[in-house]
Amino acid sequence: MEPTLGLLGGFGGGGGRGGGGVGACSTALSCDQTGLNVPNSEKDYMGISKEAELELGLGLSLCSGGGSGVEAKGKGSAWGDYGRILTAKDFPNGFSTGSGRAAAGTKRAAADSVGSAEAGSPSTGVSQVVGWPPIRAYRMNTLVNQAKTSNAEDGEGVDRDEKKENSKKKINHGNDKNDSNIRERDHLGFVKVNMDGLPIGRKVDLKAHTSYETLAQTLEEMFFKHPSRTICGGKEQSIQPFKLLDGSAEFVLTYEDKEGDWMLVGDVPWGMFLSTVKRLRIMKISEANGLAPKFHKRNEKQRARAI
Amino acid sequence: MAYSFPEEVLEYVFAFLSSDKDRNAVSLVCKSWYEIERWCRRRVFIGNCYAVSPQIVIRRFPEVRAVKIKGKPHFADFNLVPERWGAYVYPWISAMARSYPWLEEIKLKRMVVTDESLELISKSFKNFKVLMLSSCEGFTTDGLSSIAANCRNLRELDLRESDVEDLSGHWLSHFPDNFTSLVSLNMSCLGSEVSFSALERLVSRCPNLKTLRLNRAVPVEKLASLLRRAPQLVEFGTGAYSTEIRTDIFSNLVGAFSGCKHLKSLSGFWDVVPAYLPAMYCVCSRITSLNLSYATVQSPDLVELISQCPNLKCLWVLDYIEDAGLKALSSYCKDLQELRVFPSDPYSAEPNVSLTEQGLVTVSAGCPKLQSVLYFCRQMSNAALVAIARNRPNLIRFRLCIIEPQAPDYLTLEPLDTGFGAIVEHCKELRRLSLSGLLTDRVFEYIGTHAKKLEMLSIAFAGDSDLGLHYVLSGCESLRKLEIRDCPFGDKALLANAAKLETMRSLWMSSCSVSYGACKLLGQKMPNLNVEVIDERGPPDSRPKTCPVEKLYVYRTVAGPRADKPDFVWTMDEDGALRLS
Repeated sequence: MEPTLGLLGGFGGGGGRGGGGVGACSTALSCDQTGLNVPNSEKDYMGISKEAELELGLGLSLCSGGGSGVEAKGKGSAWGDYGRILTAKDFPNGFSTGSGRAAAGTKRAAADSVGSAEAGSPSTGVSQVVGWPPIRAYRMNTLVNQAKTSNAEDGEGVDRDEKKENSKKKINHGNDKNDSNIRERDHLGFVKVNMDGLPIGRKVDLKAHTSYETLAQTLEEMFFKHPSRTICGGKEQSIQPFKLLDGSAEFVLTYEDKEGDWMLVGDVPWGMFLSTVKRLRIMKISEANGLAPKFHKRNEKQRARAI
Repeated sequence: MAYSFPEEVLEYVFAFLSSDKDRNAVSLVCKSWYEIERWCRRRVFIGNCYAVSPQIVIRRFPEVRAVKIKGKPHFADFNLVPERWGAYVYPWISAMARSYPWLEEIKLKRMVVTDESLELISKSFKNFKVLMLSSCEGFTTDGLSSIAANCRNLRELDLRESDVEDLSGHWLSHFPDNFTSLVSLNMSCLGSEVSFSALERLVSRCPNLKTLRLNRAVPVEKLASLLRRAPQLVEFGTGAYSTEIRTDIFSNLVGAFSGCKHLKSLSGFWDVVPAYLPAMYCVCSRITSLNLSYATVQSPDLVELISQCPNLKCLWVLDYIEDAGLKALSSYCKDLQELRVFPSDPYSAEPNVSLTEQGLVTVSAGCPKLQSVLYFCRQMSNAALVAIARNRPNLIRFRLCIIEPQAPDYLTLEPLDTGFGAIVEHCKELRRLSLSGLLTDRVFEYIGTHAKKLEMLSIAFAGDSDLGLHYVLSGCESLRKLEIRDCPFGDKALLANAAKLETMRSLWMSSCSVSYGACKLLGQKMPNLNVEVIDERGPPDSRPKTCPVEKLYVYRTVAGPRADKPDFVWTMDEDGALRLS
């Protein structure tokens, strides 16, 4: 049955061939089923009687191996395997506001057309649907970045970090370019700095520095000398000043690089450091001992790469 | 037949017609008016770059000075349009370079712009003045260098929200020392740091600079210096604002802002430290537009700022503002016309802030001039929507995004049909509407019945059957753009309303139930439409005709099928069957 076009004002061929215009499965909407030829009932635009509205919903299920295309298939497979949107089956965890939805679905079914083709109901799976919620990629990138960098400071909720990490992973940008944009924006210069023993971290703008010395100086001021109002609410420090770089004091300055390894700060050229640093940590010297062997190994790798 | 007026007089009169609609109407009066009008049309707006070809435009309007072209469908903003889909501007630039040597303005939205295109622009148009690239991509900062170096009379360079490959900040230094004509610079989307001294000198020597939107890389301590060099600024966007507060920087900033007697619009504020916000209080009384949508600042600080802006007309803000902040907004800002509230944490299941439907209801009640709304929230009720509709029948744009797809009325657990129905019924001037939440075909019946001025409609995860789509296509007389995702709309309504599609700019349907067979039929029967199937699974012919296509983009055109399709787009046309790109 070839679907035909009804142009402005409804069907020319009315109850004739394929007035329903459905290119659906063969067992779906045929003229008879939709009551196209029912003489007395009130017809709507398509020449389909109002009573047959219920059947409209049924008939529209499309192929999934050419089945009967009726609601018996259940929500999830209403559209077969093609162009299928995510349904409750994809989210076995259920929903947070779940109870409402089931009831609503039932109500709808009772009150109205069958609506067998109702969309699946993602639960906490908002993050798993491409392009939803409809926020521009540009804004999403900024949000994600801000979440990453500001997390350490407000110290809000232990699991926020995780959630944000998860959401970051799940954002489907659909192409690699956006991912690299996130990385690019990372290197706007601001990186987190945490110090062992302090729950709340700080941020430092690496672009404002041109050498390790100035960076170390700033960090010393931040964590050991500067008692004034800070972004994270002004905790007074009363630890003696020291030098972070020469390993002579209680703490050492380390950084995590792109590959997730923790390295001692100061060994690679400043520019190279800038391009690989993800975040900084002022580590107790006792903890840092384990770094040395790793460091040397990585250093060798880097030297090899540099060639 | 004697003419009433000499051509020159008619031309002079036509010059007063700025609206395209009026000019189009004038062209239809008679042949001679058509001729006169086409020779004096200076501005052309092309809403869909594939609806017409550069050659056709140039042939009809030979003396154009300003073009505005839009490319990809709106849903490209949300990554629903695959890469390499199209919307390349180069063919336009190259054609215009030959035929419009006096072109002054190019404004593009959602187009792919290459460095080559930018270089061609910079070298082809001697009097080039305005370049606006909104949500564009495909170029690097090298392209910007060409523009800076060669466009001697450049007035505006606006890169809003474009995706630029940022090789370095060096491009800014390419503006020659004798370049003084800059009026507007928006580089907020760029990542790299520009040479600050070059920026300072540029700002100093451009006395007409009215708009300066910096990028994140400009730190707060540098702002004062820029503001002091440009006290005439009307629109200013800060860089990142997150340096730890220092009294000297703060007081410097206060001084600089107090010198700016004309500032009306502020933006930027990435990572803003709340302690810096008071630096701006001295300009707040004149502020009409505030974009705080990147400011991760809590409600009390936001309220402090907003309460000082009685003339605020436009506010973009994150949901940190919360219901309490919106209540304050509604009491302080009686002139408010546009409100956009963005989600700070859209992917968490639980709300992280206390922002509900109540905030929007309060603003709708308290701000009599409110006409444009974009609101992200986690719960909504029919009652709230009805209240909003009754409070604000003057709404023109209403875009509501309830973050969870298909969320029902949280009080009654019913669909939100009645609520949105009230919106379209009361707001008779509504031109743009975005739906969300649990919705049945009923809402579309309301929309088709009442939304007679609606021009753009966005639908997601809504409806039950083709009736829904049919109501919209047959009822919304002014509809120009319809975009649909994940709805159970199939072939029937589409085919039954095929002629309607010729009266619209475009229709987008993704993850719906439109079959390949129906698309082919539509393409065959409607020669003035390009029916494009986007399917990354491979040629649609390899699957049964009954199977739904992934994405469908239908638009009217006088240019025929496009020649630059990627391998995942097929145009359904008269030759039917396999028409691979």
